Amino acid sequence: MGSEYLVEMENISKRFSGVKALDNMNFKLGKGEIHALIGENGAGKSTLMNILAGAFPSDEGTIKIDGKIRKISSPKVSRELGISVIHQELMLAPHLTVAENIFIDRLSSKGGVINWKKLKQDAKDILTKLGFGDIDPNARIMDLSVAYQQVVEICKSLSRNVKILVLDEPTAVLTFNEIQKLFVLLRNIRDQGMGVIYISHRLEEIFELCDKITVMKDGCYIGDYDTKNISKDELIEKMVGRELTTLFPKRNAEIGDIVLEVKNLNAGRMVKNISFNIRKGEVVGFSGLVGAGRTETMRAIFGADKIDSGTITYFGKEVVFKSPYEAVKNGIGFLPEDRKQQGILLDMPIRNNVTLTALKKVTKASVIRQKADKGLAESILKEVSAKYHALSDKVSSLSGGNQQKVALSKWLAADCKLMILDEPTRGVDVGAKSEIYKIINDLAESGIAVIMISSEMEEILNMSDRVYVMRRGSITGELPKEDLQDVNIMKLCVGE
Amino acid sequence: MKTDAKKYSNSITEFIKKYNTYLMLAVCLIICMVISPDFLTLTNLFNISRQYAALTVVSMGMLLVIATGGIDLSVGSYLACGSVLVAIFINSGLGLIPAILLDVALGLVCGTLSGVLVAKFKMPAFIVTMAMMTIIRGAAFILSNGSPIRTPSNTISQLGQNTVAHIIPLLLVLALVVVAIFAFVINRTSFGRIVLATGSNENCVRLSGIRVNYYLIAVYAISGLCATLGGVMAASRTGIGTPLYGEGLELDAIAACVIGGASLSGGTGSAVKTVVGVLVLALIGNIMNLLSVPSYPQDVIKGLIIIASVLLQIFTSSKKETA
Repeated sequence: MGSEYLVEMENISKRFSGVKALDNMNFKLGKGEIHALIGENGAGKSTLMNILAGAFPSDEGTIKIDGKIRKISSPKVSRELGISVIHQELMLAPHLTVAENIFIDRLSSKGGVINWKKLKQDAKDILTKLGFGDIDPNARIMDLSVAYQQVVEICKSLSRNVKILVLDEPTAVLTFNEIQKLFVLLRNIRDQGMGVIYISHRLEEIFELCDKITVMKDGCYIGDYDTKNISKDELIEKMVGRELTTLFPKRNAEIGDIVLEVKNLNAGRMVKNISFNIRKGEVVGFSGLVGAGRTETMRAIFGADKIDSGTITYFGKEVVFKSPYEAVKNGIGFLPEDRKQQGILLDMPIRNNVTLTALKKVTKASVIRQKADKGLAESILKEVSAKYHALSDKVSSLSGGNQQKVALSKWLAADCKLMILDEPTRGVDVGAKSEIYKIINDLAESGIAVIMISSEMEEILNMSDRVYVMRRGSITGELPKEDLQDVNIMKLCVGE
Repeated sequence: MKTDAKKYSNSITEFIKKYNTYLMLAVCLIICMVISPDFLTLTNLFNISRQYAALTVVSMGMLLVIATGGIDLSVGSYLACGSVLVAIFINSGLGLIPAILLDVALGLVCGTLSGVLVAKFKMPAFIVTMAMMTIIRGAAFILSNGSPIRTPSNTISQLGQNTVAHIIPLLLVLALVVVAIFAFVINRTSFGRIVLATGSNENCVRLSGIRVNYYLIAVYAISGLCATLGGVMAASRTGIGTPLYGEGLELDAIAACVIGGASLSGGTGSAVKTVVGVLVLALIGNIMNLLSVPSYPQDVIKGLIIIASVLLQIFTSSKKETA
């Protein structure tokens, strides 16, 4: 019955206050297909999906669902057509339980009374069916890891007759084996004849998971390809429209004396007996699963969280930073993993963000010297090749990659000697990624010690001089450059 | 042609977006001038300025607190207690200047206390300043025994009656100086920038190596100081200090900030626009007085106008679009 396609979007165009976001875009999703939608940040992927989700209408073009032309005038219509979009920002009520969240719109069957026993059993059934029987339906969402929150979100969609599942960067916060579990789940869904639209920047995952790939660029349709018939390099070229010589540029840094030596550090439940060191000009990777305690370790060193015991030696002197203020004063920079919550001031001008850590440099008797302030911001933004319209624009007006560059700029302005980067390329497109790697290389080459927490295998393998792997709050191993292989890291991550 | 017309209408909405606070003031002004011929007389205007100088100063302190994402409900009590204390100090034989300085210093200390509770102990600002509101109002009643305290006519009331260049009220000049200082601090100093940044994203500012707590404590301290200074100004108009001053004043100060475009979630705030907010409130009050509207309907109308003005801002502020 019907067409062989679940979704056919044809000649879709959309303008936002005069700016063309989509221009004659085409997209087709077959039945029983996992279809990747890729393109650089700002290529219009989200706009296209928002049209499918009924967030706003397209200016031109037609949408067929299951072969019939449909007008998706509201999110409600979209849901009724069996479309479910899982956004990066999850739509869950953090204080409610897993079961309540899954059945949030039909908690009660009779007269407004909730049958808790049945509710929990139903939730348990769905979770078990999808291979996540270890999630407790009674757990509150806020107590779950982000990965499990995402699983709950998917369960929520699947429990209501979804035919078309759209996932926007679902793996950004997941770890290796969580990703594998998600993939099993998605393949499962596919084999039941549903369609999955998968938006991601991670090409290796796309090649592993997806059957077809549609590439878009600047709001235009570039083409769709069978995953079997295209190589990664070809794909990147199609996305950026230029050939990327290499994603990971070469580095020529001289590795010098020890900058930071941490011994037997304990802090809270997530940091147990951590010992490691890092040298001048070195890039040390920290690998591990989400929740392995990497961020917590760095926060403790940076003075953001309390230290219980252990010693930190910084440039030969034993130190304890009681607050980020003390750490920054001593030349440590910290790029947090959660950009929007911790890394940048979204609603503030770009300029205020860049010079936030360096206000002393641009003030005289705490009065801001406008020229110095502007000059410093401009020169650093140029250094990181950030693209922006005006310094007075809000950071929220920038793309993810450029936001991250602004967050980095702040620390470049502060003249750090040790830089801690927590997931520096999360949610950043391929072009900006390569540029961020170049910035990291520049930092190392200028003698700065760089700690890089990353959950992306390729990034860890290609960027690090050495790697520490953490698992459940402890360091499970240290890998020198010559032993850097994904199997070795994986083994340490899962504790084999 | 068509695109020209569109451009034209676009630039009009842009203009309204940018200057909506000022437009609101202009509308109030025009209405005032049309309704009452008495409005545009110097006597009336200077009367208004004397009457609202204290609120202007109080609003400046409130603006800083709101810019960090906090709120200070205790300003009305500070104003009352400030008026009582300055009267007591003067009656005890202290000179005018030492009395005022001692008074505002006490305001600063109490404000610091609120700030410490908010910043160090992470108590909600609403709760801390609400408690402070009753504590300080209570203290004002205790100190004054519940009755107005008169001062000799040649002391503090001089301040309220004095003029600069024989015509401009001293209180107006004082308020303008305070506004100028705040405008400078907010726009041109690292203090102002960090205060706004804290309201925008406190976590980010803390992780950028800035001692956020110092700034949080400072804004409540400054708000205490400003509100106490407001008390001095209120006492100077009548020569009386009374614990009854400033009832509900915190709401006027908050309203002035909000009409001036400040967001209660923090991160925004302009001193000049807040003055415009005060002026809008002042004009609404004045015109209703000139028309002899009784005071209960006045409150209703004032509330409605505050809602209308904030709605106007919401409708004209740029809508978020997803790209």
